[in-house]
Amino acid sequence: MADIAEPLHPTAITSNRMGDLSIRLRRGAEYVVIPLLALGITAVLFSILLLALGKSPAEFFQLVERGGFGTSFSLQNTLQRSSPLILTALCVALPARIGLVIIGGEGALVLGGFASAVVAIPLVVGHAPPLLTLCLMALTGMLIGGFWIGIVGYLRYARGVNETISSLLMTYIGIAIMNFFVEGSLRDLTNPNKPSTMPIGDAYMVGHMPGTDVHWGLLTGVVLAIALYILLSRTTFGFAVRVAGGNARAALAQGLPVGKLIIICCAIAGACAGLAGFFEVAAIQGRANASLAAGYGYTGILVSFLARHNPLAIIPVAILFGGIVASGGLIERRMGLPDATVLVLQGMTFVVLLMSETLYGRFKIFQVHGAADRT
Amino acid sequence: MNESAYVIVIVALIGGALRVSTPFMFVALGECLTEKSGRVNLGLEGTLVLGAMTSYAISYNSGSPWLGVLAAGCAGSVLGAMHGYICKLPKVNDIAVGIAMMLFGTGVAFFFGKPYIQPSAPQLGSFSLGAWTGNKEIATALQINPLLIVGILVGLAMAWAFANTKWGLIVRMTGDSAPAAKAMGVSVDLVRFLSTTAGGFLAGVGGAFLSLYYPGSWNQGLSSGQGLMAVALVIFARWSPIRCVIAALLFGAAGAIGPALQSVGITQGYYFFNAAPYILTLFIMIASAGSKRAARDVPGELSITK
Repeated sequence: MADIAEPLHPTAITSNRMGDLSIRLRRGAEYVVIPLLALGITAVLFSILLLALGKSPAEFFQLVERGGFGTSFSLQNTLQRSSPLILTALCVALPARIGLVIIGGEGALVLGGFASAVVAIPLVVGHAPPLLTLCLMALTGMLIGGFWIGIVGYLRYARGVNETISSLLMTYIGIAIMNFFVEGSLRDLTNPNKPSTMPIGDAYMVGHMPGTDVHWGLLTGVVLAIALYILLSRTTFGFAVRVAGGNARAALAQGLPVGKLIIICCAIAGACAGLAGFFEVAAIQGRANASLAAGYGYTGILVSFLARHNPLAIIPVAILFGGIVASGGLIERRMGLPDATVLVLQGMTFVVLLMSETLYGRFKIFQVHGAADRT
Repeated sequence: MNESAYVIVIVALIGGALRVSTPFMFVALGECLTEKSGRVNLGLEGTLVLGAMTSYAISYNSGSPWLGVLAAGCAGSVLGAMHGYICKLPKVNDIAVGIAMMLFGTGVAFFFGKPYIQPSAPQLGSFSLGAWTGNKEIATALQINPLLIVGILVGLAMAWAFANTKWGLIVRMTGDSAPAAKAMGVSVDLVRFLSTTAGGFLAGVGGAFLSLYYPGSWNQGLSSGQGLMAVALVIFARWSPIRCVIAALLFGAAGAIGPALQSVGITQGYYFFNAAPYILTLFIMIASAGSKRAARDVPGELSITK
């Protein structure tokens, strides 16, 4: 399912540059049009569901527009939420390119965030410089996240353990580990309301990007997405990953270190999710507690699939879903719908999207001359 | 811990195995049937949650818990049929569809289940295996639900059917080699569709047990991964219905460790003991993956072990 950029057909290579471009555009269009079609069908199906419940679909989409994108405030809120979505989607995308379906981003996010909050405690108490503290926190979050998903990759390679199931199990274990410490030895006893670690304090929080109310996590996510895109499409490492994802046995026969590649991909992926956890702690919550497990890891799975595991495409898709998540509260209040409405919409999108996979190669218009026989 | 505490813990573990294991058993049997036909349904976690919600709602509205169980099975078969239909389409990956169905099933259950979080629905009855001892504590701990018996019977029936009936042979053949099934004139897609639907029915019934017997209420944190663990358990049970039943009992006992220790006053590490089933599942997966015996028993068409 991780689609590898197809090698150009011989006729395409020999044609002139302009023709080359048009062929690439036409091929690429298929990967844009079909997911958009899936989104459209989902919108129709979801409208039917709303009509059946006696609610107005028009009102729903208006509220999504207003609550997610309409005002400058809501747009900033959306961007704030799309930052962890970009990072958790990258946690799915990178392993997917090497052929692994990893759905444990939530666990890496939670543990990464928790670890960064813990490492901050002595630094904050000792009045360490904020920038140094934040760097150490981010590094810890990435290391722990990378280690967590790295284990999944290792188990897959070394023992043949199914990575989808094991990564989700690791998520439950990770959340249990955090709860164990947060309600036990690391609990901030001055906060009677909700079991949390000690707050890192305002002076140590990650600030907003100049001129906005959006924290630096968004820029970090965008830069990382672009960097990983370049890594995958322009480097030897990326090429090796794509070869191994396309055919692991062929890659082994070529002497590629498939096991190493799998573990590295998983570790980078986990580091991304861990970084998302760091930003949730250092820019939003200020401490680690159960609200870290807010479901970003699960929405990230959908974002990555919708973007066809392309790091660049993840950015706009994450912003779209950030908006849907952000408008959830407004929809809930105005339309009297349960808070799981967004979850239903996401599940529906996911199902329709996977059904649309069957459409690839079915439309003549996207087929380049001579390539139609390829499936 | 003195001696009587050990007894309490052990009785609680056995009781837990009898009580907690039923949903694992139903989901594992459902998944076993599906996987025997050569397809993976990772979405049974969603099916379990939707089954729990449906049975609770129906039991509350109709007053009959057994009608609720039936409704849960039907809701489960709808999700199973959806999964079966979608996976039939060319180029669609069954593992990815399973993830999507997991999110979808959970979402739908939370969406429609919100009004049922507060009210209490009529529960399924139970009888005690320990009544003859005359010891009240043991009698309470060894309460069992008729669904457990049903689950064990389904497991036995499935094992018998796989080995001795034409239908069992067809399902096994479809799972081991689609070309062979085609050559025999069997419609591979139809067999897999029916197996996935029936598997969904069983998983839905497992969900009914969660909300109508133990823990016996409906809320959003009801399942948290039991459906997924049951899927992992099928690999451990090497696709044998009987071993699925035994493994489910083992898991039930593991799931009861936390509450059992808590009942004798050990609260330290409560969260770790709660995580015990997940950790156990992971270790079991590590131990059973790649083993020679698993490689021998695996249905040849299965994508999960490749």
